[in-house]
Amino acid sequence: MACIEARGLRKAFGTTIALDGVNLRVEEGRILGLIGPNGAGKTTALNAILGLTPYQGELNVLGRDPWTARDQLMRDVCFIADVAVLPRWMRVSQALDYVAGVHPRFDRAKAEGFLAKTTIRRASKVRELSKGMVTQLHLALVMAIDAKLLVLDEPTLGLDILYRKQFYDSLLNDYFDRSRTIVVTTHQVEEIQHVLTDVMFINRGRIVFDCSMEELESRYLEVMVHPEQVAAARALKPMHERQMLGRSILLFDRVDRQQLAGLFADPGDLRTPSIADLFVAVIGDQVGQAQGAVR
Amino acid sequence: MNTQSNAMPESPRDSQINDSQVIAPAVISTTRPLYWSVRRELWENRSIYIAPLAVAALILFGFLISTIHLPDKMRAAAALNPMQQHELIEQPYNFAALLIMGTTFIVGVFYCLDALHGERRDRSILLWKSLPVSDLTTVLSKASIPLMVLPLLTFAIIVATQWIMLLLSTAVLLGSGRSVATLWTQLSLFQMWLMLLYHLLAVHALYYAPFYGWLLLVSGWARRAAFLWAGLPLLAIGVVEKIAFNTSHFADMLGSRFSGGAEAGAVTAPGSVLMHPLTLLTLGKFLSSPGLWIGLAVFAAFLAAAVRLRRYQGPI
Repeated sequence: MACIEARGLRKAFGTTIALDGVNLRVEEGRILGLIGPNGAGKTTALNAILGLTPYQGELNVLGRDPWTARDQLMRDVCFIADVAVLPRWMRVSQALDYVAGVHPRFDRAKAEGFLAKTTIRRASKVRELSKGMVTQLHLALVMAIDAKLLVLDEPTLGLDILYRKQFYDSLLNDYFDRSRTIVVTTHQVEEIQHVLTDVMFINRGRIVFDCSMEELESRYLEVMVHPEQVAAARALKPMHERQMLGRSILLFDRVDRQQLAGLFADPGDLRTPSIADLFVAVIGDQVGQAQGAVR
Repeated sequence: MNTQSNAMPESPRDSQINDSQVIAPAVISTTRPLYWSVRRELWENRSIYIAPLAVAALILFGFLISTIHLPDKMRAAAALNPMQQHELIEQPYNFAALLIMGTTFIVGVFYCLDALHGERRDRSILLWKSLPVSDLTTVLSKASIPLMVLPLLTFAIIVATQWIMLLLSTAVLLGSGRSVATLWTQLSLFQMWLMLLYHLLAVHALYYAPFYGWLLLVSGWARRAAFLWAGLPLLAIGVVEKIAFNTSHFADMLGSRFSGGAEAGAVTAPGSVLMHPLTLLTLGKFLSSPGLWIGLAVFAAFLAAAVRLRRYQGPI
């Protein structure tokens, strides 16, 4: 059974079309990165998946319709929204009490265990914690819930690099196993590249790229060539070309590796492109400032 | 669920998950999220109990100072007839009750106006909606504050305050070597408390319910200035009615509702003397009055609209 399945998902705000017929399928046990420029429809798509917004089209999350069964769905789904949403008046102990009170799958001891590794005190109010600590607290609450799907919408926005790294490390080491599914959106693509099992690009309300990381590694190849070799490389029909330090970098989809290696001898010049490079190649032509978006 | 565990039978995690699924509904009953949501409201809005407690403390402080004149007052009372005695002695107790009731009413109004607005303003609605608590449960928990928590809390605080006032008076009178007989015979506290409880539940909870429902609805709807949105439409209806038909039925209706209505309010106004059987009689009359049931129906409609609104809304 797919964890998330959407067919022809549409959503419009007035005349602005946020989702324009999104089709996607996320299998159980995957870590999907949903990448897109600002205003591409990422958050709208996640809100639809979480039952926070009505939509047109078909959407099924863990066998339920999120819009009509949000409260039941939330027993199996957790999410952390783009910025800290823990209310400032709340004490850490109250947050633990409340989640333990309303959530049947919350393991309080586990949450206490995660918190013990931090400097967060039980008596502190959220307003007294730093932004990084609030995220740690939220993550501790969420990781102690035995959920099947975790949705993260820009979870590390505004955090310094140490907190960001720690965030994904604990997610991978202490939380993720093959029975859970994680969907994450972020602009810090490079940092999560090694975490993901799948990647999707969304632009103007449509999924424009959908690929597993294994497939990405076998399909796409980037080669750096000297100016005199460019013509020969272009003959192989690259999907994208950019300049760097006087050399050209060409990105190929489904190209013969042997042929390419034969043509451009230096093996150091052949590599798998990063998600950011692919993003620019796929979306860069459509959106003027796409580079800014993936930063 | 079953197809899933069939698909991956080799995973030990799956059986674990299925176990907890079987147990889960038993662990968390339907009332538990409601209970914790009400507690959450009390954590967030501490003014619910701090404000009336502060007023009670203020009353007691003032009363303590006034006890200096108490022996003289009792001496003067002795010259009056029993009816006047009764009024004179009960007066500070009724005043205390009125003041505390007024405080909790204001607290209730401001609480309702912020209840569904604050969570959208500080974006915490995204946290609440990420937990398995339905919009209905959330709105009910918020409505229960003015309809149940506040009346009962008001009752408890008034009872405690009046009891302390009585003990203080007794101590002062005994200290000055005067008799407490007049005080204790003329002050029928238990009867007052019975009336008070009836008044709080009948008027403050049931009769005012549509007011609170309206305030909750506005707080869920308004993006800003919820206070204005709560008041201006009512004013507008009144003004239009006045100009169009030169009548003021709407304003009269609001006024009669606010004053507690004929059945619930008039006879139970604080200070009125009422005997036990008569209370039951009024209760019967009150429960059979259409005004009560129309009000409750309007309240239910407002609440249903607030639940529906919350479903659609995110942070502002």
